[in-house]
Amino acid sequence: MKRFRGFVVKEFLHIFRDYRTLLILFGMPVIQLILFGFVITNEIKDARFAVLDLSKDETTRQITEKLTSSGYFRLDRNLNTYNEIEEAFREGEIQLVVVYEPDFARRLERDHVANVQLIGDASDPNTANILVNYASGILTNYLLSMNAEVIPMKIVPETRMMYNQELKGVFMFVPGLMAMLLMLISALMTSLSITREKELGTMELLLASPLRPMQIVVGKVFPYVFLAFINACIIILLGWAVFGVPVRGSVGLLLFESFLFISMALSLGILISCVTNSQQLAMMISLVALMLPTILLSGFIFPVENMPMVLQWLCHIMPPMYFITAIKSIMLKGNGLFFIWKETLILIGFTLFFILMSVKKFKIRLS
Amino acid sequence: MKNAVDVQNLSKNYGDTEALKEISFSVGKGELFGFIGPDGAGKTTLFRILATLLLADSGAATVEGYEVVKDYKKIRQIIGYMPGRFSLYQDLTVEENLRFFATIFGTTIEENYELIKEIYSQIEPFKTRKAGQLSGGMKQKLALSCALIHKPEVLFLDEPTTGVDAVSRQEFWEMLKRLKTMGITIVVSTPYMDEAALCDRVALIQDGSIMQISTPYEVVEAYPMGLFSVTSTDIYQLLHDLQKLPQAHSVFAFGQAAHLSYKKENVTASEVIRFLKETGHEDVHVEEIKPTIEDCFMELMQGSEQANERTSGRADK
Repeated sequence: MKRFRGFVVKEFLHIFRDYRTLLILFGMPVIQLILFGFVITNEIKDARFAVLDLSKDETTRQITEKLTSSGYFRLDRNLNTYNEIEEAFREGEIQLVVVYEPDFARRLERDHVANVQLIGDASDPNTANILVNYASGILTNYLLSMNAEVIPMKIVPETRMMYNQELKGVFMFVPGLMAMLLMLISALMTSLSITREKELGTMELLLASPLRPMQIVVGKVFPYVFLAFINACIIILLGWAVFGVPVRGSVGLLLFESFLFISMALSLGILISCVTNSQQLAMMISLVALMLPTILLSGFIFPVENMPMVLQWLCHIMPPMYFITAIKSIMLKGNGLFFIWKETLILIGFTLFFILMSVKKFKIRLS
Repeated sequence: MKNAVDVQNLSKNYGDTEALKEISFSVGKGELFGFIGPDGAGKTTLFRILATLLLADSGAATVEGYEVVKDYKKIRQIIGYMPGRFSLYQDLTVEENLRFFATIFGTTIEENYELIKEIYSQIEPFKTRKAGQLSGGMKQKLALSCALIHKPEVLFLDEPTTGVDAVSRQEFWEMLKRLKTMGITIVVSTPYMDEAALCDRVALIQDGSIMQISTPYEVVEAYPMGLFSVTSTDIYQLLHDLQKLPQAHSVFAFGQAAHLSYKKENVTASEVIRFLKETGHEDVHVEEIKPTIEDCFMELMQGSEQANERTSGRADK
């Protein structure tokens, strides 16, 4: 036990001596959270649009007013001919153009049909889609309010977005970011720290000492459990304080799941370091095999359900997906262990698998 | 059980390269045993096998009666190992390094301070300095302190003096002598032949084979040639011209002098002087000398190289 403690003390010394890495480790969650929270966002606010009104009557004027007063759109300019539309898009400021056909109000009254054309700037397809949907919604609403006096029956869908009423992107990013950063610190840092000993030749001395492999491995990951845990807390706190991301479920359960995920990532890091001999290789494997799946194949940025079947299978063998599902369930829905026992068991399974593999692969001798 | 280290027919290959070819030797308890040989001779491979870090392909080896493969855990408790490359933590201070190695062997600096006192006291003034900022000589003293801190029964030092200045090298060997008096068995390797004279016994190792094991005294006694130390104003020309002397057996540069070996009673000093004067050398001095251990090894190694060339030459035909 004393030997083990001595080893852990040495590991902490390494970490604190390397203050640059330490700074990155603790600066990263803050910077990334702010980036994801403020900059990368799907929310629409004050999108600029232009109007080509070929009718210029009371109805079209009212509809345009409805659009501008919704808060989503801001009228940038009025156009006079079709030719000006493309020019307006080219300038890049306009994201949507609304075109009313001639005699709009009259046709509406006489034929009960009038055409309005919505043109989106689909060089950014997601935004264009959302804008067109929003605008159509506003048009439908207006039509309903006009017809209210004429037709007494109507169906009014009342939508409510559960768990994230304002559709805030940051609610999604906080769990994803936690998965990413915990993976990075735990897996990458441990795999680097073991391969560093191999590169510097100090592993030779450790192996020639009575230290047992288990003591070396556990001693290596011990400090990183602390660091990763502190980081998890920073992300949760920051998400709550700055962006109002709630923790509706039990904080204890949330920390437990985080601990489980950290253990999983650490054992994966050890496995990587057991099969590689250089820091560079360990880093490459960690980045390619860990970071990309964590970001792309976990539901962090792209929804798993929309992926091709093959990629969905891939997602299901990547641990981060289960972690993100679990903590989203705790943080946003306030669920207890009963609802996430499956994810929890799967994470435990991954951890055991990686640990068994590493013990099998750990070399008690030089190559 | 008498021997600290016993090795029987040990072989190790790396792919097609034979690093060790059926090596056998033994080291007595409390002996200071040296391996002398050029780079790539197989010294490091041998040390790693003895330190239980590598597995041999065939053959057997024991350290203090324990087998290197089966009883590796026991061996790791009782040996001190100093790898050829400086392998301490550069970002930790001198004292932190020493304390770390003490704790992982289940001891403390204080407990075995007496053992390392003479070595460690020289670097103790710098104990808060990071190991990476020490000079070569100080690094090596720290590495030795770390290898000694758990009071090992056998010490394996792989080229401990490579890259260290002459004064530090001398100090280092004095330390080894003192450790020997404390009953520690020391197995050391070095590429420097002058250090061989300081061992109890030396093994000359080349291309994975041990060519000779004997005491430094025996090595020198067994030298079959006569030897002149020759100097003149132009050492390069001198080396060149001496090769042309018909009675010369071999010529080597030795500091500022050339060592000329010859079959005994074949040539005299005055004959050599006359020969050199005729080829235009000035200020010629020729002196009959006793061979040093380096002369002996040069002779042995040259002999084996010629033997190798003969065999490979035959294979070509």
